[in-house]
Amino acid sequence: MKISRIFKTIFLLDFLSGLIIAVKEIFKSKKTINYPFEKGKVSPRFRGEHALRRYANGEERCIACKLCEAVCPAQAITIESSEREDGSRKTTRYDIDMMKCIYCGLCEESCPVDAIVQGPNFEFSTETREELYYNKEKLLDNGDRWESILAANIRADNSYR
Amino acid sequence: MVNMIQYLHIIFLEIYKILFLLVPVLVSVAMIVWLDRRIWAFVQKRQGPNVVGPFGLLQSLADALKYMFKEVIVPSSANKVIFILAPIVTMTLALISWAVIPFSATQVIADINVGILYLFAVSSLGVYGIIMGGWASNSKYPFLGAIRSAAQMVSYEVSIGIIIINVLLCVGSLNLNDIVMAQENLWFVIPLFPMFVIFFISALAETNRPPFDLPEAEAELVAGYQTEYSGMMYAMFWLGEYANILLMCALGSILFLGGWLSPIEIYPFSLIPGFIWLIFKILFLFVLFALVKAIVPRYRYDQLMRLGWKIFLPLSLTWVVLTASYLFYFNLLPTN
Repeated sequence: MKISRIFKTIFLLDFLSGLIIAVKEIFKSKKTINYPFEKGKVSPRFRGEHALRRYANGEERCIACKLCEAVCPAQAITIESSEREDGSRKTTRYDIDMMKCIYCGLCEESCPVDAIVQGPNFEFSTETREELYYNKEKLLDNGDRWESILAANIRADNSYR
Repeated sequence: MVNMIQYLHIIFLEIYKILFLLVPVLVSVAMIVWLDRRIWAFVQKRQGPNVVGPFGLLQSLADALKYMFKEVIVPSSANKVIFILAPIVTMTLALISWAVIPFSATQVIADINVGILYLFAVSSLGVYGIIMGGWASNSKYPFLGAIRSAAQMVSYEVSIGIIIINVLLCVGSLNLNDIVMAQENLWFVIPLFPMFVIFFISALAETNRPPFDLPEAEAELVAGYQTEYSGMMYAMFWLGEYANILLMCALGSILFLGGWLSPIEIYPFSLIPGFIWLIFKILFLFVLFALVKAIVPRYRYDQLMRLGWKIFLPLSLTWVVLTASYLFYFNLLPTN
């Protein structure tokens, strides 16, 4: 063994420098946050809870093209549609099984009218399975609630699409 | 009749004194667990427990409450009597040692002349709780964990014993108060500094703290001898362990850091009562314990044994010879 190594071992130099580093780290800022009270930053592309958006005049964006239903790898989306009195094609049923969903974001990407989007909300855990079978009312309601953030996110991400 | 009343009077007085010591000790054990977790978290740049109570101070109480309401499961193949006895033994042994710890010249429950021997004997018995727990669980991991733990505690007890001899050579008495008073001019940490370091590391091993927490090495042994324990019995092991850590810190501050003596005998410092100085010193050592837990990786078993038997034992024995020769040559041996 080298002399310097023996010196280090006897005087516990490595141990002491470790202690000094530990004491320094104590006074540095924390890398974790107080989760329910503080939240981390969420990217505009974040794929969270789904929402169905409306136009500014209150009309549903969804045209029942069923692209999202077709592209969904987990087959979590079920859509039924019919013709309305004014001749436009609209959905009569738009269900997402949130437990089947793998949050891949393909539905959002496939949508030609930005109707189905995935918002920034990730705190929608429930106590029963039934509450996670989302229907059209629930999704539209989500869209109304998150509209300002959803629109801002789409605008922010627009140049990358 | 009069004798009987006097007898009862003494008993109640003693019980009162014991409660007056044990309740603070148990409360501080709870606080120290919080401090341990918090320091550990801070070194890793985490927040640590900070939700229950101010700064999370009541976290341990909440944990204890949770343990109390949990079901105690006794494995069907376990030796029930010993299985239940083991945590009780561990905790009792961790608490009875506090009887001889002096908090000031007069504040000590049992001011016995063999105080340090008593402490040493009781802490040696501590290994029985672990062995009983590991054996009575009748399961592989607890058994292996208990064997490791027993071997480890016995090995490091030897070097602690010899380190204590060093101190006793300088004091000439086994009474803990005499040991404190002998450090009035100079704390033993200065002349016996290498022994203090070895004592500290041996105390880590003795209390199964990292880097010597092999009995609980979770990757290999699940939770060691505690694997089969649940509910309040687990909590008692846990209380006993931390009470032991506190005791080792107290022993370290009495043997080397001047116990309840104030560091400088000048005006504002001499007003502070002795037990507060002792608590400060215990806390200082405990913070070191907690920091060490955060910075070191676990030893391998053969490395642990090598450190104990091939390095610490010869080193402390040599130091005994050195201390004794020095004291003898300069005619400094204490005489009573």
